[in-house]
Amino acid sequence: MTLRWVSVWRRNMLVWRKLFAAAVLSNLADPLIMLFGLGYGLGALLPSVEGMSYIAFFAAGQLCTATMFTASFESMFSGFSRMHGQKTWDAILYAPLTIDDIVAGEIVWAASKAWLTGSTILGVVVVFGLASSPWVLLALPAAFLVGLAFSAVGLIMCVLARGWDFFSYYMTLMMTPMMMISGVFFPAEQLPAPLLAVAKALPLYHGVQIVRPLVAGGPPPDLWLHAAVLLAYAAAGYVLAIHFARRRFSS
Amino acid sequence: MTALLARALRKSYGELEVVSGVDLSVAPGECFGLLGPNGAGKTTTLKLCLGLIEPDGGAIELLGEPVPRRAREARRQVGVVPQFDNLDPDFTVEENLVVYGRYFRIPESRIRERIPGLLEFAGLAGRGDAKIITLSGGMKRRLTLARALVNNPQLVFMDEPTTGLDPQARHLIWERLRRLTQEGKTLVLTTHFMEEAERLCHRLAIMDRGRIIAQGTPRALIAEHIEPQVLEVHGQGYEAWMERAKTLAPRVERVGDTVYCYGEDIEPLLRSLSSFPDLSYLHRPASLEDVFLKLTGRDLRD
Repeated sequence: MTLRWVSVWRRNMLVWRKLFAAAVLSNLADPLIMLFGLGYGLGALLPSVEGMSYIAFFAAGQLCTATMFTASFESMFSGFSRMHGQKTWDAILYAPLTIDDIVAGEIVWAASKAWLTGSTILGVVVVFGLASSPWVLLALPAAFLVGLAFSAVGLIMCVLARGWDFFSYYMTLMMTPMMMISGVFFPAEQLPAPLLAVAKALPLYHGVQIVRPLVAGGPPPDLWLHAAVLLAYAAAGYVLAIHFARRRFSS
Repeated sequence: MTALLARALRKSYGELEVVSGVDLSVAPGECFGLLGPNGAGKTTTLKLCLGLIEPDGGAIELLGEPVPRRAREARRQVGVVPQFDNLDPDFTVEENLVVYGRYFRIPESRIRERIPGLLEFAGLAGRGDAKIITLSGGMKRRLTLARALVNNPQLVFMDEPTTGLDPQARHLIWERLRRLTQEGKTLVLTTHFMEEAERLCHRLAIMDRGRIIAQGTPRALIAEHIEPQVLEVHGQGYEAWMERAKTLAPRVERVGDTVYCYGEDIEPLLRSLSSFPDLSYLHRPASLEDVFLKLTGRDLRD
């Protein structure tokens, strides 16, 4: 593993800096509107969930969901635009970089952007007094891990895609149901056992299981197990994305 | 020492063999042209030489490095101008060069030092802050050329460098490419503009259906493969004249309603035209295009 991917990361970073306002607005406004709308609206009807106010409960889930969406959108839509539309990857490949370097740079970049979404939501959570213990700071590395897992999976979709429509399958069939069963809006434990088993096999559930106890103010039970699942998704996604990217670019 | 050497290169996509045994040898400082109709395998050959795709057979050596095994090392010293511009639309002219230089791990200060020279070369001096969207097609091509030079390469690959440009823009690119050869850089370009190949290239290879079918200097190719004089004739009643022409010229071809006659001595043909006042004609020396059409045929390639 070399650091050649850093120049790819820096390229994307420079574009992001130039389009800062639009990028931040789209990545943050949506999740925050959801957080306060649902959090206060539904929260008024609910006494408390798992010993937390509903808005604090939902904030932990929303932090992970927003991180997931930012990572996925960046690696799928923006990645596809760079790879397919602008042919930026082709241009990079004439230089002494390989497709492996590009895949690594894209995944780390999308995870970084997702991390920024997660940490900004964390900042809002802290400012609004929804979390007060220093434990919540551990949600920062957790958000990066969630970002890494979804960036890597998103990049597989990117290098497999033949057109833009392809991503709507992944979003509708994977991301939306995953969001519903991963304990974002309500405790996943109240789901029927088979659905809970599915949730446990997917990455978002494990992100929520790490972040929610941290917002509540304590160490997450089974922290290493949850982190290991997220890391496994990131690693497997990285390997598969490289495999499919090599195949795509060798023809 | 050769700048680029390819031996018995083969590449198939599924059932279709796109490159079927190509041998190439380009000397340092040479401008080498790869000519061929669409689908001849030119772009695939370039990609193989760059190590972007793996050959099914054969060997490549680019600037002394075996490709694809050490393609990354070879590409440090190589520039590429692709057929379709892929500049970064979100960046300015200057940012495009800076970001591209980083891919070669050139220190930022050194890239910045090189930028004024590169912009001058591209005819974009003072346009460093311009957005890509505001550039004309010719400017984009020149910026792509400047980008390919950001690492001061020994060898530059160009895939149809002037396709889609107007004559002014094309002549400016030609002038710049000659400047590069004067600086001692090796150029390898693909084209289907014969005029471009004839003007720029020291040596040419004509490629068709994955094979190199002729190789040499532009003049040698013309001398070797085609009669020096051409007479093109068309107009009312050309059929009758064509029968006469066949007895006067060694090679007579009809394409649509135009008759092409090739030969050493065209005078008897010209005299025969005096009794056919309705025919129009053009008498010209043979060109590379005639060689190309003779060797690759006149059928459309789409």
